[in-house]
Amino acid sequence: MDYIQGIAILIGINLIAVLGLSVLTGFTGLFSFGHGGFMAIGAYISAIFTARLHLPFALAIVAGAAAAAGISVLIGKLTLKLKGDYFCIATMGFGEAVRVILNNIPYVGGARGWESLPKLTNIWLVFALDIVFVVITWNLINSRQGRNMVAVREEELAAQMAGVDVYRHKMIALVVSAAFAGVAGALMAQYIQFIRPTMFNMAKSTDLTIMVIFGGLGSISGSVLGTILLVALPELFRSFAQWRLVFYGLAVILIMVGRPQGLIGGLELTPSGIRKTIAARRARIAFAAASKAAEREGIE
Amino acid sequence: MSDVPVLELKGLTKRFGGLTAVNDVSFKVAEGGISGLIGPNGAGKTTIFNLITGVYKVSEGSVLFRGSPITDLEPYKIADGGVTRTFQNIRLFKNLSTRDNVLTACHLSAHYNLAESLLRLPRFRREEKALAEKAEGLLQIMGLTDRADVVANNLPYGLQRRLEITRALALDPKLLLLDEPAAGMNPDETEQLMRLIGEIRNRFELSVLVIEHHMDLIMGVCEHIHVLNFGCTLADGSPESVANDPKVVEAYLGAEDER
Repeated sequence: MDYIQGIAILIGINLIAVLGLSVLTGFTGLFSFGHGGFMAIGAYISAIFTARLHLPFALAIVAGAAAAAGISVLIGKLTLKLKGDYFCIATMGFGEAVRVILNNIPYVGGARGWESLPKLTNIWLVFALDIVFVVITWNLINSRQGRNMVAVREEELAAQMAGVDVYRHKMIALVVSAAFAGVAGALMAQYIQFIRPTMFNMAKSTDLTIMVIFGGLGSISGSVLGTILLVALPELFRSFAQWRLVFYGLAVILIMVGRPQGLIGGLELTPSGIRKTIAARRARIAFAAASKAAEREGIE
Repeated sequence: MSDVPVLELKGLTKRFGGLTAVNDVSFKVAEGGISGLIGPNGAGKTTIFNLITGVYKVSEGSVLFRGSPITDLEPYKIADGGVTRTFQNIRLFKNLSTRDNVLTACHLSAHYNLAESLLRLPRFRREEKALAEKAEGLLQIMGLTDRADVVANNLPYGLQRRLEITRALALDPKLLLLDEPAAGMNPDETEQLMRLIGEIRNRFELSVLVIEHHMDLIMGVCEHIHVLNFGCTLADGSPESVANDPKVVEAYLGAEDER
């Protein structure tokens, strides 16, 4: 039971980071390979608050999120004017820089890590926060700010011509994703009770991005599904020891080949989302039939 | 109609390295008018659109919108101010439905902030409803209601053009720039488009500047025409005077002694 609960907590914690990344990558179209860095900032700042300053956990989580968001503003100012792949490379550099800096701060344990942190994260807290963050993400995406982000992803130049401040909306997406990652990091530190810089390396950042892509770009329910499957999958195959990572890789490759848009890219598993998808399909079929009929008439 | 032109270009020049794409071009678009910008391929027409809308930085000269300079403002600010455009090669939000394309562009009519979005406060709900109604209204006027749920990429070509114009109208522009709206259209569709441009001007009380190669469209709908060749002004005036200008005929058909 504890084991299942442990996996559920890990899913819940990762979900918060993945939701943020979903806003950045899935809806705004910016790829990041450095969000492990923002998680690290959330983890270490919150740990300083709880273990060193003995402040309440809630305050520690907010501080972790705020610190990650604050740093992301600086990173955004430096990198968001960069085009395409350059932003991606800059985030990768940022993630590695955070890791190396943490390695060299003895106050937080340096490269050896920081152990016996207080255990403050529990399943109910994680579950409640998951619901809050799904709702917030949903509200954001279905607002004018969210639609503008999608416009930036779809066609940057046309978005500008439609009066969208591209830089500002990229910044909103980056700050939101960083704050979410900060919260996830804080929960992680106070759950595992041990943190060290390598936990937040590029492999972690890539994991998060893969979950977003696996679930489907531009879909919140896809991100939820992707996180559940990709955190649980390696556990299912745990008895195969080293082979489980092969299965993990295989699953990702199969999805990329079979469904490049991800499991449910661009589609939401809600009553209104499903209605919308069906309406779009119907409209397309009706239109195809109408134009075929028109063609036939034209021939006769 | 006021005396201040809605758009005025003064000595507009754009150089790409050693190449002068637009050289000292000056002209005005009258408030409420439909003007045409024509010229052979490579004359610098689209470059002028890109300079007006802030996509390119101006090398020299200035752009005045309703009497105030908008030279080198951020593109989105120019769009906010009331200048919108369509593109020669259609640029829609391809994976969004027709409705969402228009709804997205309506965003300037709403003023709720990010916190109100995240928490769904009353102003969010009120303004979102108004936005949805505005989008439906525009789709209705432009005859796209029955295609509202179709993903933009799946629309036939003519309707994609129409959607792009609808999206531009969603910003309540004062000046609409159309870059070859009739490209790839047959004569029937072109005539429909001509009528549409006239209707839009009257209904939305705006001014139009259109780039076109279809001479029947230009001659039929424009009240004023500016002709470019190799980045320089060749002629400027009413459709009749431009059509009979020997320099214009030469640029399009070649000089008489060469034949």
